[in-house]
Amino acid sequence: MEPIFAIVVGLFFAVAVYLLLSKFIVRVLLGVAILGNAVNLLIFASGRILRDVPPVIGAGLEVSAGPTANPLPQALILTAIVISFSFFSFLLVLSWRAYRVLETDNTDEMRVAEPDGDAPPPLRY
Amino acid sequence: MAATSAPADLSAAMVMTPTALVDWLVILPVAWCILVGAVLMLLRHRVRVHALLAIPALALLVVMNAGLLYHVAVTGPVTMVMGRWLPPFGIAFTVDLTGALFALTAGLVALAGAVAALDDVNGSGRRYGFYPFLMLLMAGVNGAFLTGDIFNLYVWFEVLLISSFGLLVLGSERGQIDGAVKYGFLNLMATTLFLIATGLLYGVFGTLNMADIALKVQAAPERAPLMTLTALFVLAFGMKAAAFPVNFWLPASYHTPRLVVSALFAGLLTKVGIYALIRVGGMLFPASLAALSPVLSTVAVLTMLTGVFGALAQTDLRRLLGFLVIAGIGSMLAGIAMGGQGGFGGAVFYALHSIVVMTALYFVAGLAARIGGSSSLAVLGGLYRSHPGLSALSLMLFFSVSGLPPFSGFWPKVMLVKAALDNSAWVLAASLLIAGFLTTIATARIFLLAYWRPAADDTPSSTVRALPYAVLLPLVALTALSLGIGLFPEPLLDLVRTAAEGLVEPAGYIRSVFPAAFPGGLVP
Repeated sequence: MEPIFAIVVGLFFAVAVYLLLSKFIVRVLLGVAILGNAVNLLIFASGRILRDVPPVIGAGLEVSAGPTANPLPQALILTAIVISFSFFSFLLVLSWRAYRVLETDNTDEMRVAEPDGDAPPPLRY
Repeated sequence: MAATSAPADLSAAMVMTPTALVDWLVILPVAWCILVGAVLMLLRHRVRVHALLAIPALALLVVMNAGLLYHVAVTGPVTMVMGRWLPPFGIAFTVDLTGALFALTAGLVALAGAVAALDDVNGSGRRYGFYPFLMLLMAGVNGAFLTGDIFNLYVWFEVLLISSFGLLVLGSERGQIDGAVKYGFLNLMATTLFLIATGLLYGVFGTLNMADIALKVQAAPERAPLMTLTALFVLAFGMKAAAFPVNFWLPASYHTPRLVVSALFAGLLTKVGIYALIRVGGMLFPASLAALSPVLSTVAVLTMLTGVFGALAQTDLRRLLGFLVIAGIGSMLAGIAMGGQGGFGGAVFYALHSIVVMTALYFVAGLAARIGGSSSLAVLGGLYRSHPGLSALSLMLFFSVSGLPPFSGFWPKVMLVKAALDNSAWVLAASLLIAGFLTTIATARIFLLAYWRPAADDTPSSTVRALPYAVLLPLVALTALSLGIGLFPEPLLDLVRTAAEGLVEPAGYIRSVFPAAFPGGLVP
């Protein structure tokens, strides 16, 4: 199971990096979304994929009877999903604003903060 | 496998004694910031009370952090676990001297920023939530400095990042949107890299507790991919700290937001990256960080040089300061590259100095721009004649950032150069001195053009408005702090040396998390 997961995660990363290298914000956004999922799958796989039972302690027991699955990676992924979703939505709105205000989604043309042809500081007075 | 009727022994997994009252100080700064931030969110329509609540709250935060520093300095590293779970199961907050020093300095700067915002952030900025965002930013910054759990560190990074987004776009101007796009995407990339490294680390060691990781790394088998993990962490934190090849988000964005926001970002955010690099690289993976030392040294030299050359090439005062932030980061990276007590001590001291001085320098830039009507060095002039007091403060800060005595920039530079000479790292020593020299030239040129040069036309100097006390007061306080550290460096030097010792030899840190494992003075 792990090798298949590793290949899938690698594919996700490859797609995400390809999209992130684009100069168009929309593609970069899609890359961010896929990158988040790639990381989630990576954490899931690094917690080992087992056939053990869920970590639920049966009625009347103080501790679980047998070996149980590791719940921690799922807690980590849940946190990471929440965070990456909120970031994705913020960046989506920001990109939309940038498109409206700057009238471009090409990062090469986003030069408002760092204008071209800035004169060097004066050398004498 | 019959069901046991006897109650399980909880003391194997849980803390059975109540936490000592003084140990609550460990979590208090973070909880306090979140609480006040939430209250301010609830009162978001009543912007008048925001400053009234936030400034005393931040003053109290400084008191808490000072108390925490005192507590840690007296008793050594302190640990508090969440939900009573014994480490490594629960999330642990572990504070050592390094974390406490950073937290206290961050608190001071945030207080200065909150006061300066009284004047600088107007009604619309407050309606969009400057003070709530500031409190949440401080929650993230404090959490990052105080936590002892690496996934928790990631979460605090995200908390401070999302708050910084809010602060960055506070005016929704064209330049801010442009800067925020670059800042947002590249910083998200950096934290995602951090998360990848954390996921892989969990896969290798099966633990997220820093003390536990430090133990397991020492006992790791030969084929454990420590180098991969360290390289990923260095890349992620280097990106957050604005190290050379991955720092283009900083000069693209730091000059766009409101002045106070720029000042706080320049003071705090990159140093969180440096702190994380020292903590995770230096304390958890010392051997592989030492193996990466040539790479880090190269990065440090390039960061310093690109920083100062960038500063020399800039006409805009605020963009120039952004490059000086980068040059300072290069010096801290030089300390991390050298490692050992001298290197880490120098890096920590330089970071503390830089937090204070960079914030103050942005305040100066804001005041200069307000008087001169522009932040361009081609336009500014005559400040020395119209505002001699401000000029004196500026000159002190320029000396401090260049590393000249008797200001706070001098001592960390001495520590770093001495460590470089001790390690026979001649290139690092030379580039530290060259970077300092070029910084002096860059700041001297600011003074020459904006202060000494006569104003272009004589009219503005007579119609100068009085400077706002809300900005002047924090500026004077931060400059006095820099001067004070420069004149009386011994107490801080001692603290920094002890802090660096604790990073190089984290036995005390580990013992505070696992008291049962190392009851005596046993070095793991």
